[in-house]
Amino acid sequence: MVTPTTLVYSRPQAFTDSPTHYCPGCTHGVAHRLIAEVLEEMNLISRTIGVAPVGCAVFAYNYFDTDFVEAPHGRAPAMATGIKRVLPDRIVFTYQGDGDLASIGMGEIVHAAARGENITVIFINNANYGMTGGQMAPTTLPGMKTTSSPYGRDVETQGYPIRMAEMLATLDGVGYCVRRSLHDPKNIRLAKKAIRLAFETQLRGLGFSLVELLSTCPTNWGMSPVEALRFVEERMIPVFPLGDYKVAPGVAQITVRNT
Amino acid sequence: MPKELWKGNEAIAEAAVRAGLQAYFGYPITPQSEILEYLARRMPELGRAFVQAESELGAINMVYGAACTGARVMTSSSSPGISLMMEGISYIAGTEVPAVIVNVMRGGPGLGNIAPSQADYNQAVHGGGHGDYPRIVLAPASVQEAIDLTALAFDLAETYRMICMLILDGSLGQMMEPAEMPEMKPIVQREFDWAVTGAMNRPRRILSSIYIDPVAEEVVNFRLAKRWQEVQVREVRYKEYYLDDAEIVVVGFGTAGRIALSAVRAARAEGISVGLLRPVTVSPYPYSVIEELAKHVQGFLVTEMNMGQMFDDVRLAVQGRAPVEFYGRPGGVVPFPDEILAEIRRLASGQWSPDPDARLSWQKRMASVIQR
Amino acid sequence: MQKEILIAGFGGQGILFAGQVLAYAAMDAGKVVTWIPSYGPEMRGGTANCTVVIADEEIGSPWVLHPMAVIAMNLPSFNKYEPLVQPRGALVVNQNMVDRPARRTDLTTVFIPGNEIAEEIGDRRLLNMVMLGSLLAVFPVLRLDEVKAALQAHLPEKHKRLLAQNVAALERGYAQAAGITVP
Repeated sequence: MVTPTTLVYSRPQAFTDSPTHYCPGCTHGVAHRLIAEVLEEMNLISRTIGVAPVGCAVFAYNYFDTDFVEAPHGRAPAMATGIKRVLPDRIVFTYQGDGDLASIGMGEIVHAAARGENITVIFINNANYGMTGGQMAPTTLPGMKTTSSPYGRDVETQGYPIRMAEMLATLDGVGYCVRRSLHDPKNIRLAKKAIRLAFETQLRGLGFSLVELLSTCPTNWGMSPVEALRFVEERMIPVFPLGDYKVAPGVAQITVRNT
Repeated sequence: MPKELWKGNEAIAEAAVRAGLQAYFGYPITPQSEILEYLARRMPELGRAFVQAESELGAINMVYGAACTGARVMTSSSSPGISLMMEGISYIAGTEVPAVIVNVMRGGPGLGNIAPSQADYNQAVHGGGHGDYPRIVLAPASVQEAIDLTALAFDLAETYRMICMLILDGSLGQMMEPAEMPEMKPIVQREFDWAVTGAMNRPRRILSSIYIDPVAEEVVNFRLAKRWQEVQVREVRYKEYYLDDAEIVVVGFGTAGRIALSAVRAARAEGISVGLLRPVTVSPYPYSVIEELAKHVQGFLVTEMNMGQMFDDVRLAVQGRAPVEFYGRPGGVVPFPDEILAEIRRLASGQWSPDPDARLSWQKRMASVIQR
Repeated sequence: MQKEILIAGFGGQGILFAGQVLAYAAMDAGKVVTWIPSYGPEMRGGTANCTVVIADEEIGSPWVLHPMAVIAMNLPSFNKYEPLVQPRGALVVNQNMVDRPARRTDLTTVFIPGNEIAEEIGDRRLLNMVMLGSLLAVFPVLRLDEVKAALQAHLPEKHKRLLAQNVAALERGYAQAAGITVP
């Protein structure tokens, strides 16, 4: 029997009752939960409007108990701009994958960041296009096999991975821009703190905020969930180093209690 | 309000402001940049949202986002830019949110030129984005009409939760005419039962154009079609000139329509019984008006600044009951009234085109004109 | 009945503004009016023109193939539009920018030393008002005082200090043309 003294897990209020459609071992669920916990802790659920992407998270709107819209592929930052400009006192966030944000939506994300749109972007980097069956993404590692790079990503003909957090951090409109990972409990705690800081950045009007989260895709990577977590730690982090790429002075002063 | 001399593009911008425009998102392109520039000055002055987007793609998706909140929102562009917006236009249509889009058309295809054109008729009225979706398309022919239709566009878009597009050509955008502006309407934050504004004291809402279950999408397609039937019944608008005793009816929209008016008057002065029908809504199209006229006139002359696009809609309405002739100038060339007058004279003298599709006869007649 | 005036010349000769002044005057006189420019790359240093149509009823085409009156501020405009003016129409030519006499004999054609007069008044940019004044003398679509009033009413605030000079230019142009045509 579950009593308050033994309760170790419950659904955050910001979640609906829908079970997610994500594959076993995928870290989308972890990322969703961290956002939900932060929205609940900050008491923002009724003020928040989410913008879902095209990609595995296309149905994100089913899982968060907030108002939501569903954007065309890559255009979430533009839609978020439209919403935030007419409703500046609402909290607006986009949730985007690497194909959505770093490939087809490169223009939208860069310019939303450059304008300093006061929105929060949660960027899931799992080094491939998950929903369409594991094709090569702009973030695919050199040599990594995908369904559209069957011989391994050849940097001579297929280019190099794009490091979005580093790139966007160069823009003056950005208030907070970091990369975290979801491959173990310690890093998950750090990721949650970063998501909290990103929403705090928006709440205080300190500019564009983005948290890039290194994530797993066991199904398309052809790995077990545990192998996938190890892949993130051993293979992805060297290419996508974790760190704070921009923390504006106003954001640096925010103190967040560890939860 | 007293009349002022207004340039078409700026008149549309001010009319939108007075209709309660809350947000404008756009990208520079000739010949509509005055709309963007005017609102860049005017919107911040009123504390309203203005963003020059990174592209037309960005602009239309900002419109999409703002439209989801129930705000009065608009973008404007010209032909190549409107093509780029088609993705967002289809999503807006699929999500059933209202938005006003202005297309100040220029010569095409491709980069084309910046001269006046009506080549985007089919894109606006029949095509454009993917999927089955209706949209209202208004075609002003004067600065005053552009003002009045801009205000109307917001009301229609909201009433039918549908895109309302204004199509005009670069010449109307650049032309000045005395016109009367409506009074400034206050911004009203409308409480739509579908708008996404944050789930305060109500269940949460989702706005999306995704219906992963085909049966659910089929329901949406039927719902859009049913709403369109209402639009067709209630919202057809057109202007008639000298039609009471007309034996020949000229049909033209926008600038081509008003140029034809000069030709019709000149022909009347010569004793030719000719009239003009100028559709103001090109979607919904005044099919029944033309169908009725077809019962007792000798024939029709369609005049457009394209290769004969609305021509198909006139033929659809006439259903073979009378000959339908065509005269157009595509590519950014504007016809003079004299050219249309010559066509009216030709028909009045009984020389109807031999080809079943009169556009072919017209192309043959034009051969000597265009070989310069 | 409508009256059409086409004003043509180089970009920078104040073609479009001259047409607008005429359009404002027509509007203030209760007329229906259209003003339409040629627009686009040709405006940058090339030839520019605008057409003003003044009528008592709804205007159809804002363009006409054969205008009733033309102001030609330079030779290319004179060459292009002299053949197109309606029979018995009016043609006002900037004498300082052309090097040939009129070819048509069925028009009221006046040659006005527009640049000279403008510079005499004190600013070469007054050329457009000189020529507009001349037009009113040979093609009285509106009265001179109506156009002067329009200038006063609609000159942008930042240019109001130039009002007196502009009015003087209109008057000088008018007198010049009237002196040529009135016996």
